[in-house]
Amino acid sequence: MSARTETWTWLAQRASAAVLAICVVVHLAMMIGAVRGGLSAADILGRTRGSAAWALFYGLFVVAVSIHAPLGLRTIASEWLGWRGRGADAACAMIALSLLALGLLAVGAVTL
Amino acid sequence: MTMVDWRNRGHPAYWAFLVHRVSGLALALFLPLHFIALAQALNGVDALNTFLAWTRAPWVTASEIAIVLALGAHLTGGLRLLLVEFFGWSRGVQQALIAVAAGIALACALLFALNVNAQPVADPGRPLLRL
Amino acid sequence: MSMIEVRVWRGGPNGGYRAYTVPREDAQTVLDVVTYIQRRLDPTLAYRFACRVGMCGSCAMTVNGKPRWTCRTHVADVARDDRLEVGPLAHLPIVRDLVTDMREFFDKWARARGQFQATSTRRDEFARVEPASPSRRAVDAAIECIGCGACYAACDVVAWNPAYLGPAALNRAWTLVNDARDGARGERLAAVAGDAGCHACHTHESCTERCPKHLSPTASIAGLKRASVMAAFRGEL
Repeated sequence: MSARTETWTWLAQRASAAVLAICVVVHLAMMIGAVRGGLSAADILGRTRGSAAWALFYGLFVVAVSIHAPLGLRTIASEWLGWRGRGADAACAMIALSLLALGLLAVGAVTL
Repeated sequence: MTMVDWRNRGHPAYWAFLVHRVSGLALALFLPLHFIALAQALNGVDALNTFLAWTRAPWVTASEIAIVLALGAHLTGGLRLLLVEFFGWSRGVQQALIAVAAGIALACALLFALNVNAQPVADPGRPLLRL
Repeated sequence: MSMIEVRVWRGGPNGGYRAYTVPREDAQTVLDVVTYIQRRLDPTLAYRFACRVGMCGSCAMTVNGKPRWTCRTHVADVARDDRLEVGPLAHLPIVRDLVTDMREFFDKWARARGQFQATSTRRDEFARVEPASPSRRAVDAAIECIGCGACYAACDVVAWNPAYLGPAALNRAWTLVNDARDGARGERLAAVAGDAGCHACHTHESCTERCPKHLSPTASIAGLKRASVMAAFRGEL
C-alpha cells in the first residue's frame, strides 16, 4: 500500500471508531435498560418497527462497523498470521461487504 | 532472531493493547451472529421470541455479559488510543487513562449483568426507564 | 563472598544459555559481570561496550528478558535470588554470543529518511529557530536518541512485521519533520507513512517503557500519524 492509501486507511479506522463510540454508548445504554424484565420480540420491535430514526441510527452503525471490524481483522491477520498483501486485502473487502449485507438485512428486519 | 520475552510485556499499556485486540476479535466474531439473530424477525415475531427464549440459558447470559464487557473495554480502550494519537498524551496520563477505561468497562458489564433477566419491580406506578 | 549464577547466551541463533558463577561486588553492573566472565572465566565470550558510563548505547543487551544498557543496570536491581540471565538484543540477527548485527536497525533508520537535509549553505545567514516554539519543543523531547536499539528490541510489532521501521527510526524522522531547517519533509512523510511505517504502531509503549534516555517514541510516532493525515488532506502525500 502506498503512503497515501495507508494513511487514509488509518484515518478511516479512526473516523469509524469515533462514529462507533457514539453509537455504542447509545446502544449500550439502551440495552442495559431494555434487558430488564427479560427481552421479548415485542419489546424490540415495538421500539424499532416503522421508526425512521432507528433505521438511520442502526444503518449508520452497520456502515461504521463494516469499515472498522474488517480493518482490525486485517491487522491481526497481518501481525499474528503473517498474512498480508493482495489476498489479505481482498479477504478484508469480502468481510466488509458481508458484514454490510448482513447488517443492513438485520436493520431492515427490525425496522421495516 | 530472538523474540520478545513475556518479561518485557508486563506493563499497563501492553495489557491495554492485548485487551483491546482480544475484545475486538471477540466482537468481530460475535457480530455476524448478532445480525443473524436479529434477522430472525423476518421470519415473524414468534421466530424471534423463540430465539430470545433460548438466550435465557445461563451460558448464553454469561456470554452476553462477557460480550458487553468486551464492548465496554474495546470502547474505552479505543477512546484512550484516540487521545494518545490525536493529542499525543503519553506516560503518566496514560496509566490513569487505562485505569479509568478499565473501570468504566467493568461498570458497564456490571450494570448489564445486574439488569439482564432481572424481574421488574411490582408496579412502581410509573415507568422505571423510558427510552 | 557471595556469588551470582549468570546464564549467558553463547553461540549464534541456534546457540544456548551457558551458566557461569561470578562473585558479587558492591555497585556491580551487569557489564561488570559480563566483563568478569570474559576476562577470568571464558575469553571466547563476545560482547560490545565502549564508554561504560551510559553515553554511547553500545552495551545494550537483554537482561532478564528486558533490553537494557548493561553499564547502567545494577546487579542489585535485577538479580533476584542471585540469578541473572543475559542475552543479545532481540529482533536482530545474532553474530555471536551477545553481539547482534545492527545493520538492519540502521538501514531502517535510513529508509525512514532519518537524515537531515540542509536547505542553506555556510554563505547564508544562521537559521533562526525559536526554542519555545511547539515544533522545536517536539524536537527537543525526542532528539537525545543515541541509537542503542533497546526500543527496537522491545517492540512486538518489529517481531510481528519484519518490514516495520521501528520506534527509533520513526522517532528520528519525527525530529526532522519538526525541524524548520530541514528540506525533505515531503519525502520523509511519504517514507514513514507507507506500509510498515508509523501506522503500524499499536501503542504498546514497550519502547517508551524501555528507553534508557526516557524518550517516548510512542508520542513521536503519534505525531507522525497526525502529520501524515494533515499531509494527505493537503494533497501533499
